[in-house]
Amino acid sequence: MSDVAAEPAPQQRPDDIKAVPVKHPLRWVMAVLVAVLAADAVWSAASNPRFQWGIFGDFFFDSRIFHGLQITLELTVLAMAIGILLGIVLAVMRLSPNPLISGGASFYVWIFRGTPVLVQILLWNYIGALYPEISLGVPFGGPDLVSVSANSLITPFVAGMLALGLNEGAYMAEIVRAGILSVDEGQGEASQALGMTRLQTMRRIVLPQAMRVIVPPTGNETISMLKTSSLVSVIALADLTYSAQLIYSTNYKTIQLLLVISVWYLIFTTILSVGQYYLERRFGRGSMRGQALTPLQRLRLTVFPRHEGGGAL
Amino acid sequence: MSTPMVLAEGVHKRFGRLEVLRGISLEVQPGQVMCMLGPSGSGKSTFLRCINHLEKIEAGRLSVDGELVGYRQEGDRLHELREADVVRKRAEIGMVFQRFNLFPHMTALQNVCEAPVQVRGVPREQARERGAELLARVGLGHRLSAYPSQLSGGQQQRVAIARALAMDPKLMLFDEPTSALDPELVGEVLDVMRGLAADGMTMIVVSHEIGFAREVADTMVFIDEGLVVESGPPEQVISAPQHERTRAFLSKVL
Ligand SMILES: Nc1ncnc2c1ncn2[C@@H]1O[C@H](COP(=O)(O)OP(=O)(O)OP(=O)(O)O)[C@@H](O)[C@H]1O
Ligand SMILES: [Mg+2]
Repeated sequence: MSDVAAEPAPQQRPDDIKAVPVKHPLRWVMAVLVAVLAADAVWSAASNPRFQWGIFGDFFFDSRIFHGLQITLELTVLAMAIGILLGIVLAVMRLSPNPLISGGASFYVWIFRGTPVLVQILLWNYIGALYPEISLGVPFGGPDLVSVSANSLITPFVAGMLALGLNEGAYMAEIVRAGILSVDEGQGEASQALGMTRLQTMRRIVLPQAMRVIVPPTGNETISMLKTSSLVSVIALADLTYSAQLIYSTNYKTIQLLLVISVWYLIFTTILSVGQYYLERRFGRGSMRGQALTPLQRLRLTVFPRHEGGGAL
Repeated sequence: MSTPMVLAEGVHKRFGRLEVLRGISLEVQPGQVMCMLGPSGSGKSTFLRCINHLEKIEAGRLSVDGELVGYRQEGDRLHELREADVVRKRAEIGMVFQRFNLFPHMTALQNVCEAPVQVRGVPREQARERGAELLARVGLGHRLSAYPSQLSGGQQQRVAIARALAMDPKLMLFDEPTSALDPELVGEVLDVMRGLAADGMTMIVVSHEIGFAREVADTMVFIDEGLVVESGPPEQVISAPQHERTRAFLSKVL
């Protein structure tokens, strides 16, 4: 290899550039303005005696509020679980080549998306009027195997959970379907060519890739569900909102209690947003060459610029 | 003479009103390599997909290793195969696509292990060992845990070949395996395929790589408008084509 031309000689690395950064005087003016306005808002709320912050503090950790919070969280989790499972089943049904199966799923979505969820909650609560006995047995009025009275099975909690979950299923079906359709057709083809069944292909190849499209709107749905669940106060189910209503109907501290539950809702929507962010990162796996830094890592880099984010790249 | 690995007799396939295959007849013996060329839209991909049960044929007979594709014969009646049977037969045929179609959410090794574990029930540990071996064989023993997006096109296609080999196929179908690759990456994929052919794998390769065909193929077929226009040893088809259409096509790709 002696007759090969000499490699280009490495150049001397010049010194790092040291330049004077561009100044942004207007940005500073805006920042000061925003800070002043925010401070004024806090001051006006803190110094206004009509807010009665002492009462806010008294009720923030009230055991009835806590119990309501627990009901709200349980409702949210269970309704979303029903919604997601139902959504997957409905989405797969909707993509079926059998028109009866896909038609059935479309019909479900039409009904549950086309009527107000508040009405659905009320209807589930009054289901006992339509079907006093709920039974499992032979179809078309054949003999029953098990039978229970509707009022003991469909408590207000169950009615709320079913109404919210079944309604959510209709929305989740559309979200999951969009996710499945976003996956390249070649993926299913490659998987089938390897001898995987349609079910295996869906479970192992298509759904995991659809997740990237499914997770963000599902996070929004969960946050939305946390707040929508407050509608169950119409069936006298003591969730966070209804618990507050019960308290202020006797002591008339209406505004303070509404502020208490607003802060609780905010706390949990914030937690959910953070969870959503990390879930999205997880399902972005393999789709990017390197992952963007988390806000925490970015903050650490800003504060300790020498640290290079602990070699996270 | 032994049972041909692939035997096609007057295979027809229609998409709606469009007749894509209009009577393909050909034969591939075990251990042979067939190269297939033809203009875009002539039905090459469709024919490969028929062999792999991804499309159903409407007329003619198509069999792989002596068994009909898509149907089961009882007396003189044909019955459509159930999904379970189709899936079992597909698992014995490897397929490599123009656009690789690797699973992007899995590493190279996971891509290779997926089907043996899911379809054949091979224990995970054993599948990983075998997968690492296969990846080493295609020259990627050092990239086991890379995701497809971190690999070059040529490397991705080699993973795709290893993934197909993991099912121990008796027949490999290649659908333009190098036409999505940068010119300097074509060679590494062809090298792997050359190795396979030398090991006695039966292969059908749709490709316009004339040099590769000349060197590796036992037979070459030229397909146009859903029909086999010309077939024979590559040397003969390339150097002394009998048909005007073959000549016209070759003058464009050579
Ligand atoms: N699923 C389908 N539905 C309708 N038409 C199809 C379908 N698949 C293929 N075709 C049509 O069949 C014809 C043959 O397609 P095919 O993909 O087999 O051609 P090809 O020879 O592989 O071409 P290329 O070299 O461009 O890959 C084309 O006209 C194509 O549009
Ligand atoms: Mg093609």
